[in-house]
Amino acid sequence: MLFQDMAFWLLAVIAIGSALGVVLVRDLFRAALLLVLVFVTIAGFYVLLSAEFLAVVQVLIYAGAISILLIFAIMLTRNVPQGNLPNRLQLPAVVLAVMLFAVMITVALQTDWSTFSAGQQEVANVVQTSAVKTLSAEQDAPTLALPDITAAQHDSLKSAGLADLLVSDFVLPFEAVSLLLLAAVIGSLVLVRPR
Amino acid sequence: MSLESILIVAAALFTIGLYGSLARRNVLVVLMSIELMFNAVNLTLVGLGRYVAPAGMQDDISSLLTGQIFAVFIITVAAAEIALGLGIVFAMYRSSETVDLADAIELRN
Repeated sequence: MLFQDMAFWLLAVIAIGSALGVVLVRDLFRAALLLVLVFVTIAGFYVLLSAEFLAVVQVLIYAGAISILLIFAIMLTRNVPQGNLPNRLQLPAVVLAVMLFAVMITVALQTDWSTFSAGQQEVANVVQTSAVKTLSAEQDAPTLALPDITAAQHDSLKSAGLADLLVSDFVLPFEAVSLLLLAAVIGSLVLVRPR
Repeated sequence: MSLESILIVAAALFTIGLYGSLARRNVLVVLMSIELMFNAVNLTLVGLGRYVAPAGMQDDISSLLTGQIFAVFIITVAAAEIALGLGIVFAMYRSSETVDLADAIELRN
């Protein structure tokens, strides 16, 4: 537990520091590299939160694909070392951001979240780390010896798993998102087509 | 590592992204700040899914994965957004040789 706390606060300091760097550093290229660092620390947070599949997806898509696209775009523009200039909205933006931050901290601290008990935490850990694989209630659940699990929850263990949920309960948003990706690809091809 | 600390870190990342998208002139920095905000929201969702179950769904064990499912969809939408956004940036750069948002006045009037 102590190790997890230390890792969490280390990641938090790196993430916030490099996020500040992204918006404040003058050199666009350095800003993009700091953004990659933020993406990697977010992947570290996912590992700490027992979302390993998401951590891998984060590294593949954000730290891999999106940052490469951004760096390509940055290298194609001019004046990269002095590219990150502020505009006239400096003061209102700072005030708005600080006020929003205060509101969000207040909400986070004042709300009664009713978090899981230790037993439920263990169940959540098992279900979330096995997110890609279907848990078979007949084979796996007895050997997992899950505490604090009700009969109804035991039945639904069978179809728990990220991949299963994507093609069962969430199949409509899944299809909508694939349509959106297709539209985005065609749209960006049309936008960059030479005339 | 409690739920509150995760929410506070995510809120800090989100507000930094908000500041960057409002107060910077370069359109690429604005896109990067939007990515920061996407990541903060994802972190919030995964953190909440780790510590809290959705109300009324406590009997369904797959509700423990709701936060992660939402994060997967947001990552997909973010990938589509960055592809389209950079396409628009290229088109703008080709027509007016600038990535400064103050000079993006083609659609004015």
